[in-house]
Amino acid sequence: MTIKTSNEPFLTRLKESEQDTFMQKAVAKAQDAQWDKRTAARNELGHWEQWRDLGEQIRQHVIRYLPDYLEEFADNIEKHGGHVFFAKTDKEASDFIKHLAEEKQVHHVVKSKSMVTTEIDLDKELLKIPGLSLLETDLAEFILQEDDWDEPTHIVFPTLHKNRDQIRTIFQKLGYTGDNDPQHLARFARTYLRASFLKADMGITGCNFGVADSGLINLVTNEGNADLVMAIPKTQVVVMGMERLVPSLKEAEVLDNMLARSAVGQKLTSYCSFSTRQVSGESDGPEDFYVVIVDNGRSNALGTPFEPVLQCIRCGACLNVCPVYRHIGGHGYGSIYPGPIGAVLSPVLRGYEQFGDLPFASSLCGACTETCPVRIPLHELLIKHRQVMMNKLHTDKSFNNVIMKGIGVATSTPAMFRMALTADHVAMAPLTKHAPITVENEYPEGIIRKAPSMAKGWTDVRDLPEMPKHSENFRSWFKQHHKEQEAKQDD
Amino acid sequence: MKVVIFSTCIVDLFFPNVGKAMVEVLERFGCDTEMPVKQICCGQPTFNSGYVKETQPVFRNQIDALLSIDADYIVGPAGSCVNMLREFQVQLKDDPEYAEKAKQVAAKTWEFSQFLYRVLGVLDAGAELDATATYHRSCHMTRLLGERTSPFVLLDHVKDLKMVPLPHIENCCGFGGLFSVKEPEISKQMVDEKVDDVISTGASVLISADPACLMNIAGRFNRRGEKIKIMHIAEVLNHNVDPSRVKYVPEAERDELYAGGYNQGFTQSDVKKEVGA
Ligand code: SF4
Repeated sequence: MTIKTSNEPFLTRLKESEQDTFMQKAVAKAQDAQWDKRTAARNELGHWEQWRDLGEQIRQHVIRYLPDYLEEFADNIEKHGGHVFFAKTDKEASDFIKHLAEEKQVHHVVKSKSMVTTEIDLDKELLKIPGLSLLETDLAEFILQEDDWDEPTHIVFPTLHKNRDQIRTIFQKLGYTGDNDPQHLARFARTYLRASFLKADMGITGCNFGVADSGLINLVTNEGNADLVMAIPKTQVVVMGMERLVPSLKEAEVLDNMLARSAVGQKLTSYCSFSTRQVSGESDGPEDFYVVIVDNGRSNALGTPFEPVLQCIRCGACLNVCPVYRHIGGHGYGSIYPGPIGAVLSPVLRGYEQFGDLPFASSLCGACTETCPVRIPLHELLIKHRQVMMNKLHTDKSFNNVIMKGIGVATSTPAMFRMALTADHVAMAPLTKHAPITVENEYPEGIIRKAPSMAKGWTDVRDLPEMPKHSENFRSWFKQHHKEQEAKQDD
Repeated sequence: MKVVIFSTCIVDLFFPNVGKAMVEVLERFGCDTEMPVKQICCGQPTFNSGYVKETQPVFRNQIDALLSIDADYIVGPAGSCVNMLREFQVQLKDDPEYAEKAKQVAAKTWEFSQFLYRVLGVLDAGAELDATATYHRSCHMTRLLGERTSPFVLLDHVKDLKMVPLPHIENCCGFGGLFSVKEPEISKQMVDEKVDDVISTGASVLISADPACLMNIAGRFNRRGEKIKIMHIAEVLNHNVDPSRVKYVPEAERDELYAGGYNQGFTQSDVKKEVGA
């Protein structure tokens, strides 16, 4: 899978999401539960706003000095006998790993959860090698793989859209005969996966943070599978986005703490490891150690108003509070990065042609900006995207563009606005349907059930109040009221 | 004390009762109100749609209009629009002519309920409403303006009014300005959940400090044929007022309350349980 998960038009995806009531219920339930867990975990830490300041400062600092930190990090990896490959594009990254697998005559690859490997479509590329088997070992990713590589719909909980019965059916294909109890299902997966770890000759992981001053790879998981992926196979490949660095362990400690609380509402994940190539004299850890650092569009953000998006630590909290994600789910966005972060990041990585719809899929409610542990101004970046697109449209004569510019003129020209207010809206009269009014105190003048043009989107869904006559609008009342007040004072 | 009324285009166009109620309450508490006729709109419809450049004249017109009358305060009946007025200073910070004026506007602009509570120190406006009601918290008023307290305190003091907490109070109602028009498919699902949540409270009145959110939620209620009464908070605080019931915040607490009105957004994270909610 690449960044794009669907070739369907945005509206089609929305329709499909709207019909997927199971998904909607699952997302709403997860969001509500996460809200309480996350809030409790953050409150327990205390001084959350100051932690956010710190998180933001660390990430901003790293992005500002990114070239320096990348160099330091790469030097330290190489000092330990590891290798670093900088990949400009997804293809460069997956080609490199593919060639490596061929060169090392790898037969069995095990992987732990990594969004960036999904982004570069690594699984599919590796499986093109004849005789090579590959297994996702994160439980959720394993389920997706066994469901014919279904798309992930959340960056932290990739199978949020599946229920236990669906998972049971998927596992039955692998020989599972038990019930739909999640514990039984997980135990089955665990036994199934164990065998693969032992025979694997290449392990592939992502990277939560690369520690620049030591060359350590910091991974946080709840299943411990990533640690096995790192410890057992002879060759390990770490794939990471080029921005995912911290200066030292001190900053990693701060961010791991914030990540776990924001992502899953825990103090810390069950496993939090720092690893590198096998140290001589020890028996576990990879002998061959490769780190693939992926750009794949990230540098598009550098030096632009979108640079803050690189601060992201992929905690998924913004998805968990997003009222749009709540209803359209990951599938609606059509990107492996859905939700607010996806709506900001996907167009940065791949452009507006593919993802230009996403920045508009937001009511700008600001829940994302409010929750982001590293203070990315997500909803403001969405407006920025809109601005860039509208500037491109500058010469565009499309209907909406002309209307919007018209609104711009009308709302900055007092005379025009007053004219609009003084016109008694006879033109609107035929739009008024004598439909029943059940809502009190909102429609003294009646309702409009079917409006044309721009307002159609409104009346497709809800009723619109009819405007008061000029003599009865607020301004006329105020004028009259003022006269009366003055008259009173004169008395 | 002189107060300039920031009428907002939505009240000008649709909701005279909200404007009237606001003016009557403010006058009851000793404000001289004035309304500059050249004001139009805070600029959000175009600005939030990405027409940032095209919106600059809207900002400038609004500033000129609001400053055309020398007043102590500017007060408006919509949290979202008031926040935008306060943000003019950010948008115009490099404008040699308007940067300073935008700051002046920001320094004296308040949303109606926060003005009443934080500036005038009103605790009990003397109103009465015999009803069970729930309150919709607008996203911009809460998160951007940072006002999470004033409406709840004022409503808690309305005689005979029983407030019921709204489930998922933190979720947007799906208005989002032109979002509601541009993305009706998504907006509909959001407002439907809001309507369901309001119905689940059993309240007969829905109150808010943002007429646009109310227009959205009410519009969906009516389309679904569901019953509810909609009231802007100014209408509630102007209902059956008995001046003998009026109570003020103790003098000693005023300064802190006033300063709290400049809580410019995003200071508290994930605060789910609001005062009185
Ligand atoms: S943008 Fe912020 S909240 Fe969203 S995933 Fe990234 S770090 Fe988490």
